[in-house]
Amino acid sequence: MAAGRLSLALDRGAWFGPALVVPAAALLGLLLAYPLGLGVWLGFQDAKIGAPGTFIGLENYQYLLDDPVFRLTALNTALYTVVTVALKLALGLGLALVLNQRFAGVRFWRSVLLLPYVVPTVLSAFAWWWIFDPQFSFISWALVKLGLIRHNIDFLGDSWLARGSLMVANIWRGTPFFTIGYLAGLQSIPTDVYEAAQIDGARALRVFREITWPLLMPLTVILTTFSAIFTFTDFQLVWTITRGGPANATHLFVTLAYQRAIVGGAMSEGAAIAAVTLPALGLLAYAALRAIRERA
Amino acid sequence: MTLRRSFMKWGLGLAAGAATRSFAQAPATKYAPMFPVEKDAQLRLLRWSGFIKADEEAWNANSKKFQEATGVAVSVEYITWEDVRPKAAMAANLGTGPDLVMGWYDDPHIYPQRLVDVSDVAEDLGKRLGWYDVARSYGYSKQLKHWIGVPIGGTVQALNYRISWMKEAGFDKFPDSIDGLIKLSRALKGKGHPMGFALGHAVGDGNAWTHWWLWAHGGKAVEADDKTIAINKQETWTALDNVRELYAQMVPGVASWLDPNNNRAFLAGEVSITNNGISIYAAAKKDFPQIAQDMDHANFPVGPVGKPTELAVFSQAFIFKYSRFPNAAKEYLRFMLSPEQAEPWVDAMNGYVTPALKKYRDLPVWTRDPKTTPFRDGIARMLPNSYAGSPGQHAAAALADFVVLDMFADATVNGLTSKDAAKRAEGRLRRIYR
Repeated sequence: MAAGRLSLALDRGAWFGPALVVPAAALLGLLLAYPLGLGVWLGFQDAKIGAPGTFIGLENYQYLLDDPVFRLTALNTALYTVVTVALKLALGLGLALVLNQRFAGVRFWRSVLLLPYVVPTVLSAFAWWWIFDPQFSFISWALVKLGLIRHNIDFLGDSWLARGSLMVANIWRGTPFFTIGYLAGLQSIPTDVYEAAQIDGARALRVFREITWPLLMPLTVILTTFSAIFTFTDFQLVWTITRGGPANATHLFVTLAYQRAIVGGAMSEGAAIAAVTLPALGLLAYAALRAIRERA
Repeated sequence: MTLRRSFMKWGLGLAAGAATRSFAQAPATKYAPMFPVEKDAQLRLLRWSGFIKADEEAWNANSKKFQEATGVAVSVEYITWEDVRPKAAMAANLGTGPDLVMGWYDDPHIYPQRLVDVSDVAEDLGKRLGWYDVARSYGYSKQLKHWIGVPIGGTVQALNYRISWMKEAGFDKFPDSIDGLIKLSRALKGKGHPMGFALGHAVGDGNAWTHWWLWAHGGKAVEADDKTIAINKQETWTALDNVRELYAQMVPGVASWLDPNNNRAFLAGEVSITNNGISIYAAAKKDFPQIAQDMDHANFPVGPVGKPTELAVFSQAFIFKYSRFPNAAKEYLRFMLSPEQAEPWVDAMNGYVTPALKKYRDLPVWTRDPKTTPFRDGIARMLPNSYAGSPGQHAAAALADFVVLDMFADATVNGLTSKDAAKRAEGRLRRIYR
């Protein structure tokens, strides 16, 4: 009568629910949690490619705190994330407000706007690489032809210009994410709220400040969090355009981790670098989940 | 299957039956394998994709010949050269994957215990054809006291220069000393033709010229004991002081150059001298004949140490212990590097890869076009990337982390003093070699 007992057990909600979750949880555990845990564990060892390591506690982290390249990378990553996410948000919102108006060809522009997001990143990275080329940049070429500058701009050779150039490429790629999100958000705001404001004689700026922006707030939190996570872990743009150069001025945590662990074979050190991103990512994920819950 | 078995019989020297004879392309002389090739063996080789198509065509044709001679089918997977290392390392870690790999630099020394002892192949080839010194240091494991890799050769670099501009700058022939190079570069810049060496994270070009420059001044990352870090010394400081003089003559933008940048800049006439393999010349012959005509190559000049100190991207083949067909794999390498196969292969590559065996120095490919000749000697003129230490995990990590290249960028682009730049590199090397 085992089958009878099983069906009896499953009839109770306390059993049935968890039982249904088991396959998904096992899959997530196997494919996500286990490798993640393994990566964190690896960060406490001194493993090299081809040679298993021994436990060395926090030694990797102690070293990294002292490593000028790592510290520079931490600065790069923080700057890259904060600056690009802020600008992507501002630009994305601005474009969404424009595209939320009715004008001829609005559908066309809405779909054009998605392009940067749809093009495979490696392809757009190559395009940007050409745009920033020290010898053949069309921007430099045009400015020289116009007589505005005398020498080509060294977009990727100067530390700060290189950081800025990569940020531009990242902003170009990531802005549509905000635009599309905000566009959906704007269209879900009931029109009667706006009509009421109009009757009260509110100006556009005030309408935005008191109605649109507060109503978009939960969405803003979600979009910002996700965008921050994507930006934080941006690998392809940097690896294709600069490889972390010049002199490590553009390394992010993920590119440095890859360079040291996979190319250089220092598995544990790379794992430690990657693990450094976890607290920040965890915090962001927590914020996103909370925002989603509050919205629901 | 019948096809392969019948070849097997033939390969093993058994009486050739009617079925075998019907395969007309079989070579006239029987191939005598050195190793007892496993029955029904088949091999998977992972290697870098050819820098020119002719490489892969010749390699595949030779592999087919090997199958005809021994019955062993070889499937070759070609991937971008920089992707070989992580893929091979993964295979080493997991214990499954290709039977043999053509990798780079220190690869076999990163996981020497997982590789088949190939001393018999290496010694046989060495006896017949002669290894260059550097080949031995890459193929032989000092730790295990046997060969773990069969050296293939390297993509040798040379200085590419424009003949007419050099003459315009008042030089009849390309200088063979570092001082001469600086003088020529200054004169060229004066004529509006700056030179350019990559200072971005250019894995091939950037590493090649910075190591050459460091070693040419007597500097080195580590002593021969593979423990004592030797970078923060007078020789390095001198090298860095000196390089600022050269950097001043370079075209703006070299700080961000990756491997392809100098090819483009040279072909566009933006630079007068750069360091590269033969690919610029090959591209010029194809698409820019007037540049091909006006360009030539020179070996890297010799510095204060008084002997060549070049760095070529060096490749060697190694066999994993997990392979079920180690004998077939060894036989394959021996076959592919023997003159009957290697000569047409090297010829087809047109100077892209210089073999690690001295005998192939005499091939017509190196003199047919005199502009190819400098590439012939690059393996004889190079030091291992691990210099003055031995290839291994530490040297691999130092190279992958651009320790030397970044030190040069620090001392030039970033404006650090030579001592500060060397000190920074020392910190990183201490960590790597701990």
